[in-house]
Amino acid sequence: MDAFEYVAPRTLDEAYAAMSNGKTTALLAGGTDVIVQLRENRRHADQVLDVKHIPELMALKITADGGLSIGAAVPCAVIYENAEIAAKFPAVIDSASLIGGIQIQGRASLGGNVCNASPAADSIPSLIAQDTRLVIGSKSGTRELPIEEFFAGPGKNNLQPGELLIQLKIPAPKPRSGAFFNRFIPRNEMDIAVVNAGARIQLADDGETIADAKVAIGAVAPTPLVVPAAAQALIGKPANEETFAAAGEASAAAATPIADMRGSVAQRKHLAKVLTVRALRGALERAKENS
Amino acid sequence: MRRTHVSTRLNGDNVDFLCEPRQSLLEVLRDNLGLTGSKEGCNNGNCGACSVILNGRVVNSCCVLAVETEGAEVTTIEGIAEGDRLHPLQQVFLEEAALQCGICTPGFIVASKALLDKEPHPDEARVRHWLANNLCRCTGYDKIVRAVLKASDQMEAKV
Repeated sequence: MDAFEYVAPRTLDEAYAAMSNGKTTALLAGGTDVIVQLRENRRHADQVLDVKHIPELMALKITADGGLSIGAAVPCAVIYENAEIAAKFPAVIDSASLIGGIQIQGRASLGGNVCNASPAADSIPSLIAQDTRLVIGSKSGTRELPIEEFFAGPGKNNLQPGELLIQLKIPAPKPRSGAFFNRFIPRNEMDIAVVNAGARIQLADDGETIADAKVAIGAVAPTPLVVPAAAQALIGKPANEETFAAAGEASAAAATPIADMRGSVAQRKHLAKVLTVRALRGALERAKENS
Repeated sequence: MRRTHVSTRLNGDNVDFLCEPRQSLLEVLRDNLGLTGSKEGCNNGNCGACSVILNGRVVNSCCVLAVETEGAEVTTIEGIAEGDRLHPLQQVFLEEAALQCGICTPGFIVASKALLDKEPHPDEARVRHWLANNLCRCTGYDKIVRAVLKASDQMEAKV
């Protein structure tokens, strides 16, 4: 590993100042990706900026409007150990509790998982399905964007020089709505998703018709993928297996996976369908509980 | 590269050390501080052989920069026994032959201690889930899981 300087800013302004000194910067939250990347010379940095001392990045709260605000550097374990968040945002917990093992979850953050921008990242499809917005800061101010617009390719995000991810904002769940995330791996734990899928549905007043829906799938394209055709197959239809199967077909059609050691193209397209259907079943169950 | 001064609490003692920012906690424990109980297996966060408890959470010390431990509380395998008296986990790992080559053992004991500190009575599924980040290529895990469950029973009996 090449030598670098270590900087631990205490405020956002200190971080922005450090990021504009002309040095190549790597941001360090849990370090479970970035330290390994630096060690294996897959990435170079003149300075490593530890963002865990910046209060905004370590804040975790349910806001007055019922939404969830997750500081970009909050470890997964801190999120899933919070009973109120687990009750109100179970799809966040689906992801946070299966990224890596216990040793990883005590350090790794959802913000880091998002910034690392792996096509197979296990937090992203569920965050997309829940309409998560990212708050990005720089010395010229903050901007917000829907999470699905953040990804530029495998390992590439749309942060501009001098910018850092401050927090993830998930809107309050609507009545009669539920979200769910699942993935397929050949082991029981600790593996990279062959395919993963997140879904959110909202039932209409009748408790049977789908009023709103969103589906996102991962590891089937250069970036995590929203599947508008799946949402179209769901909205206005009864929440049943036939409808879910149609949405699953839409996910399989939208998937443009590569073949690699983890799976073939045909297997991944099949998994996109199966995992979409299972995510929808899980989302429906939670929507009914939330009625 | 200029070395950085770090003050931390290590196995209950105040410890000061100098390190390069690029050095992992594992590297500093082993090479600078002579604490070679934590093992380097994969050095990329997959195998858990370097597990230590950092501020109450078990982490892979290969994925922590030593400079991050300024003001932190760190427990390594060397801090698990009380003097000459083995921790129940260590005693039971011996009795149950829950090790063969031994390289993964410190990581398993540290991770298991973190579990029992938090949840004194885990069931088998919980133990297996908790230890998923610790790889053992010898035992097939059954003896390790049994040892953790037995240690849990023994610790309960003593309370």
